[in-house]
Amino acid sequence: MSLFAPIKDHHSETRLFAARVILCSVVGVLLLGIVIARLIQLQIYDHELFAAKSQGNRIRIEAVAPTRGLIFDRRGRVLAENLPAYQLELIPEQVPDLDDTLARLAYIGLIEEEDIPRYDGLSKSGPRFKPITLRFRLSEDEIANFAVQRPRFPGVDLQPRLVRHYPDGDVVAHAIGYVGALSTADLQRLDGAAYAGTSHTGKTGAEHFNEDMLHGDVGFQQVVTNALGRRVPAETREFSDSLPENESAQPGANLYLSIDLDVQKAASKALEGRRGAIVAIDPTNGEILALVSAPSFDPNAFATGMSTSEYSMLQNDKGRPLFNRAVRGSYPPGSTIKPMLSLAALEVGATNLTRRTVCIGWYSLPGSSHRYRDWKPAGHGEVDLHDAISQSCDVYFYEISRDIGIDTMHQYLNQFGLGNATGLDMAGESQGLVPSRAWKRSAFSNRADQVWFPGETIIASIGQGFMLATPLQLANATAALAMRGERFKPHMLAAFEDSITGKRTIMAPERQPNVQIENEFYWDNIIAAMHDVIQSPTGTARAAGLDAPYQMAGKSGTAQVFTVAQDEEYDEDEIAEKLRDHALFIAFAPLEDPRIAVAVIVENGSSGSRVAAPMARAVMDAYLVSDDEI
Amino acid sequence: MMRFSDTQRLFSGKTAPLSGVGNLLQRLHIDGPMLGGLLLISTVGLVVLYSAVAQSMDLWLQQCIRLIAALAAMFVIAQFPPDVLRRWTPLGYLAGLFLLVLVLVTGEVGQGARRWLDIGIRFQPSEIMKLAVPMMVAWYLHDRQLPPRLMDFLVMGVIIIVPTVLIAKQPDLGTSLLIATAGILVIILAGLSIRLMMLLGLATLPGGYVLWQFMQDYQKQRVLTLLNPDSDPLGAGYNIIQSKIAIGSGGLFGKGWTNGSQAQLEFLPERDTDFIFAVMGEELGLLGVLGLLGLYLFVIGRGLTIAIQARDTFSRLLAGSISLTFFVYVFVNTAMVTGLVPVVGIPLPLVSYGGTSMVTLMAGFGILMSIHRHRKFVPH
Repeated sequence: MSLFAPIKDHHSETRLFAARVILCSVVGVLLLGIVIARLIQLQIYDHELFAAKSQGNRIRIEAVAPTRGLIFDRRGRVLAENLPAYQLELIPEQVPDLDDTLARLAYIGLIEEEDIPRYDGLSKSGPRFKPITLRFRLSEDEIANFAVQRPRFPGVDLQPRLVRHYPDGDVVAHAIGYVGALSTADLQRLDGAAYAGTSHTGKTGAEHFNEDMLHGDVGFQQVVTNALGRRVPAETREFSDSLPENESAQPGANLYLSIDLDVQKAASKALEGRRGAIVAIDPTNGEILALVSAPSFDPNAFATGMSTSEYSMLQNDKGRPLFNRAVRGSYPPGSTIKPMLSLAALEVGATNLTRRTVCIGWYSLPGSSHRYRDWKPAGHGEVDLHDAISQSCDVYFYEISRDIGIDTMHQYLNQFGLGNATGLDMAGESQGLVPSRAWKRSAFSNRADQVWFPGETIIASIGQGFMLATPLQLANATAALAMRGERFKPHMLAAFEDSITGKRTIMAPERQPNVQIENEFYWDNIIAAMHDVIQSPTGTARAAGLDAPYQMAGKSGTAQVFTVAQDEEYDEDEIAEKLRDHALFIAFAPLEDPRIAVAVIVENGSSGSRVAAPMARAVMDAYLVSDDEI
Repeated sequence: MMRFSDTQRLFSGKTAPLSGVGNLLQRLHIDGPMLGGLLLISTVGLVVLYSAVAQSMDLWLQQCIRLIAALAAMFVIAQFPPDVLRRWTPLGYLAGLFLLVLVLVTGEVGQGARRWLDIGIRFQPSEIMKLAVPMMVAWYLHDRQLPPRLMDFLVMGVIIIVPTVLIAKQPDLGTSLLIATAGILVIILAGLSIRLMMLLGLATLPGGYVLWQFMQDYQKQRVLTLLNPDSDPLGAGYNIIQSKIAIGSGGLFGKGWTNGSQAQLEFLPERDTDFIFAVMGEELGLLGVLGLLGLYLFVIGRGLTIAIQARDTFSRLLAGSISLTFFVYVFVNTAMVTGLVPVVGIPLPLVSYGGTSMVTLMAGFGILMSIHRHRKFVPH
């Protein structure tokens, strides 16, 4: 402020302010005058024109749902299709007595009693002229039943529509997933405008992961509606000059999965009546050939809609059919990690191919009386690394585990893809766990628990303790063994096809960092030992390889579910089924030119070689043998 | 002394013998005529909204709750004397700036824009600025000689432009323009010379060009659709066409409450928010719409009267700016719905559904009431 600034003149300031307020008011009144003039123009002078247009507005724009893309297996067999079906709809404002109508529908068995509150809520949430869907798909009998009674149900009607259908429902359920009715949560995640006409969306599996491709683009059509807003089949386009042309919906892309339906069926059949999972991979490119989790469920039930009681039955089933064991189940990998550990041991010099050890059935750390037992109480006698793999001698690995060390184990198993999600094109994969000193420090808050104990290294060497892997991870690691360290990212989407142009795009295999083993000779020896698991008279899984028209290599595993006390024996017959050991088997074939790698896990299956190995064989037969016949 | 006519009495707020109610209101620092006007607008709003949300009781009750919260905010703010508000202004302004920067860095993304901040409660810091910017400009001018000098304009320019740009970057062009308007109104009321105003008016041509460069595609689209609604009938153009049909078909008396076919049959988009004025035009006709505009004019006129009677520079400028900004809301929304200006996403104040902005609006009226309570003495 300069010295010459005059002091504040309040009087002139007030006058100035008043003048400005008047100025603004004049401008404001003028502006508002324009709005009022506009209103008079619209509502008085052009009223008749607009009144007519509002009548003509009975032509309304409605969203048209695109047709969902189809899903095929690798040989073009249909896994998911769209079938015409009739759904049961109710238009709230046409129903004279909603409670009574719903009660009578329940009485004739078209809806369930306990769903009535849900429909009641639905019919009150939206505009009253908008139909709500009571049932997405009626059976032939139900259609006939309702058709004769229709006059008794004003406001309730049948509407034709396309329903997602899975011809081999429970066989492929966990691989391709299912579609379900759009929920509020879905609508927050998805673009509301693009789903304006859509009723269902992919919830799990390939249906969920590839939603963008499958869904297609929404279309628009002009619909002639009557004074109550409902469609009438007339054509009056007089006043539709301001409306857009119809725009047809663009169907979604057709997907070709790498799944082989024959292999998938064989795996599914092998697991019948069991709880477990089988994953088969093409080791040369990472394509998933089969992905089965048992028990399974019928995905068609989700597509057509279930009653509350049906859904809660699925949810509460003790076998947990909705749980995808193949990608989410974490199991102790047991002895299946022995081939990988052997490579690590050879590479870091913790053992060599000639070292021999005498297995007496148990092992103790120096200065400790705690006995780490072998699965074979009498011991395997004198064994080298080759025998230790083919006969699955635990004591050999107990011994060398101290020289490998937990951190080296962690490093090499990580290279095989254990302990990290594989990156499969499916949501919800588990990470599994490969322990290390660093992991234990960060995983436990209690200081005493953060220390890594020598005994923990010992049990880690046979895939027990903290170690966990998913069936998918084991199959992926087996593929890496088969390819001598070459790795590919597992994937299910093999190709997709533009449903209009028919142009097909094939997905290229995605390489992963190789397993770093300097000496190629080590691979030969370990794979030879895995071959002897099946081939040799002393191999653990010799029964599984009988008469196979191809050479296979494998490794059995048996994972403890509960700990047997030091002075007790594990007696299979005496303990409850739920506490029996998990049975595991990994395998690949043919030996020289591997085309399939398989991992099998059977929960509480007792024995990897007796229970899981024949399943792996059946899966391989389905792929390799039938393939040859074609 | 001249005698007060009844109208003057109403506007001056100095009705001679105080009734019991008047006494209570005065003690609560509430201005009766202003409160009456606001309540009438809100009531009309709730009535129209009930029809616009297709008689959904849930949504309607939520709006009632918001209205009550907004009235509470007004009541609380009215208790602070203008001097206190003035003293806290710089701090509030700086805090607002800080939060705006924070929003750009860490804010939650909603519908492609970062506008929300979650510190215990979710809110938009730009709401604070709707009041803080005019308050800050008024604070700056409070001790200075009016009309302001060139230097002052530069300083005030910075005070206005910084938050405007920050909000435009979110991007929220509508709100940023409103906030700039609130600040500029203070300057105009302070006595910006007419010649300079015209000069600035001419400068808007190149300014408009710069703004055009700043706009997102969807905003450009809106301007283009205004010029030719038929070019994009399914986008914003469709909105304007349907909104004009709704208003025009309403005629003089309207089709009757909850009977508008445009609104009830979902032809009219955003009928419960930005385009609720069209629902009113369709169902209550020209008479209903003019009635609402009359109520708005009454509240704005009452606000300007309070401004003229205000005690000091800060109060005077702030009261004037708040009242005129309210007018800008009403004008822009009604002009937009009738197809006179581009669709800029500004709700009809106190009527549109939703409204974090409703609380801010009512807080503004709380300030007006506080200013009125501490007005200068008017000799009879």
